[in-house]
Amino acid sequence: MFSWFANPHRFLMLSSWLAPLFYAAAALLIAWGLWQGLWMVPKDDYQGGDIMRVMFIHVPAAWLAMASYLGMAVMSFVWFIWRHEVADIAAKAIAPLGATWTALCLATGAIWGKPTWGTWWQWDDARMMSVLFMFFLFLGYIALRAAMDTRQKAARAGAILAMVGALNVPLIKFSVDLFTSLHQDASVITTEGPKMAAVYLWPLLISSVGHSLLFAALVMTLMRAEIWTRRAAQSRARLMTGD
Amino acid sequence: MSASALLSAADIGMIRGERLLFRGVSLTLGPGEAILLRGQNGAGKTTLLRILAGLTQPETGSVVRAAPHHWIAHRDGLKPHETPRGHLTLWARAWGQSTTAIEPLLDKMELSRPSDVPAKHLSAGQRQRTALARLHLENRPVWLLDEPLTALDGHGKTLLLDMIAAHREQGGGIIAAIHGDAEFEIDMQVDI
Amino acid sequence: MTPAPILSAFRQALGEAWAGGAGALLPVGFFAGAAVLVPLGVGTDPETLRTIGPGILWVSLALSSLVTLERIFQADAEDGSLDLWLQTGAPAASIAAAKTLAHWLTAGLPLALLSPFLLLMFQAQIGGALLENMLYYAFGGLAFYFWGGVSAALAATVRRGGLLISLIALPLYVPTAIFGALAMGDGPSSAAAPLFLAASTLFALAVAPFAMGAALRLAAD
Repeated sequence: MFSWFANPHRFLMLSSWLAPLFYAAAALLIAWGLWQGLWMVPKDDYQGGDIMRVMFIHVPAAWLAMASYLGMAVMSFVWFIWRHEVADIAAKAIAPLGATWTALCLATGAIWGKPTWGTWWQWDDARMMSVLFMFFLFLGYIALRAAMDTRQKAARAGAILAMVGALNVPLIKFSVDLFTSLHQDASVITTEGPKMAAVYLWPLLISSVGHSLLFAALVMTLMRAEIWTRRAAQSRARLMTGD
Repeated sequence: MSASALLSAADIGMIRGERLLFRGVSLTLGPGEAILLRGQNGAGKTTLLRILAGLTQPETGSVVRAAPHHWIAHRDGLKPHETPRGHLTLWARAWGQSTTAIEPLLDKMELSRPSDVPAKHLSAGQRQRTALARLHLENRPVWLLDEPLTALDGHGKTLLLDMIAAHREQGGGIIAAIHGDAEFEIDMQVDI
Repeated sequence: MTPAPILSAFRQALGEAWAGGAGALLPVGFFAGAAVLVPLGVGTDPETLRTIGPGILWVSLALSSLVTLERIFQADAEDGSLDLWLQTGAPAASIAAAKTLAHWLTAGLPLALLSPFLLLMFQAQIGGALLENMLYYAFGGLAFYFWGGVSAALAATVRRGGLLISLIALPLYVPTAIFGALAMGDGPSSAAAPLFLAASTLFALAVAPFAMGAALRLAAD
């Protein structure tokens, strides 16, 4: 099935209507989620009062930080094994967007953390630390690709690194959990637990789907740009060599 | 491809970035033959030779290496602190060969005098002769040579041309990328 | 396949490490220098130094490995010996592992051997813990060098790749740094941490060579 999508031409045709559709759906869902989150749901004083409303960006961002790295690693693996060009284009497109959402997750986490935990950065929070290292993995991937002379080499180097990173993510997660479990006496307030009222769940879910659709639409746009850039470069090379 | 071919390549094509270097290159190297790769600087002679050696993956086509090969390139593989004797000892061991042949080999390649001088103090010709000496550490039917004549003076050239002639007489094959004149008899020329 | 090429690659890498004249002195000097800077920055309170000393050495060990790793595969790619190693018939992963192991022996193990003396400067008491910590630095350092080797191999053809190597390697160093520091502390996980440290190093030894091998094939392409 994947081979069917792996054809750049078919991808261009599919994404030409799928991407606008996703943009529109994302706009609606994110707007509804924010409206619900910012105005309609009651604030939770246990979670820091009105500041907990940042959750309606923070939680979708956290989900996308994880999902995008996984997506990038899967695309890299597919490219490494089957050499489908579209898979590499997808991995390349996911990286900067994944880094952006990961940064968004860290920033909203810090904004939420200041009034609730009394600090911008909670070293004892395993999730914050894991997401931070995820952010570094993204940065390394982007920098490595940028340093290679040709796109073929960038694809190979990027795929090796993304797969090594993906193998290490569980170990990093485990070690960070162990590290933070040492300091449980700190007054950490978690978002999980019985306090999570059902009234928040729907706006959170809708926001998360909205962010995911926006992410997917942006990935498609970047992929389309990359495919056209490669085609333009190929035409130019053909013109230059008179071939 | 004939049954006795030492190395054959079919329909090799290569792209670097978006640039097509060459395509549709096919060749067959038989015993005693020499194939010359010709082309301007940057045309991709070295890349083609690397594809034949298995170092670079071609975009299209396939290479069948029926016999072991030696690799002599512009980057000679000598470390700055390595002496000719040290270099040959290292590779004799790496290839599972006896090191007893190294003394006569140094003598043959006229490296006896600088045999213990670190490569950083050797002349370009001495370095090149050290690299070429690897050809005699192990008997391998195919020699892949990238610009083997460049650094050599008249005497060194004669030495290499004699080695090439002897190798071909014994049924060995040679594929060389050379920018200028080949200075030895060739069976096939591939222009890229 | 015979082990001859792998042994030769190991021997050559050992020789190269000493060929510069300074040998292990350079990384040892960097390691000690980086560690000694810390009291100048955080103050000389003996209690503070005793607490942070082991962690400072982990950070210094990580930094030293990054600084020395830059050249191990880059030099091979530049002088053409990488091409020869890749044509020996031995798997690229085994060549890479042999070279990285040799590199750790010359540039990583000496740092672990120096660690008791530095810890004494950080107000540690003489005792069995110093030797135990030395073992952790040695074993954890092995993981640093193997993951660092992956980034060094990936950046082998990148000019001035030092910054890139560090950026790629740092997240991969996290588990070792955490397990190592936990093993030396006296918290609730300290009993299990040495096992986790050992397991993460074994994981590095099992996975990193294949990534290095693939990266070296790419560097030669």
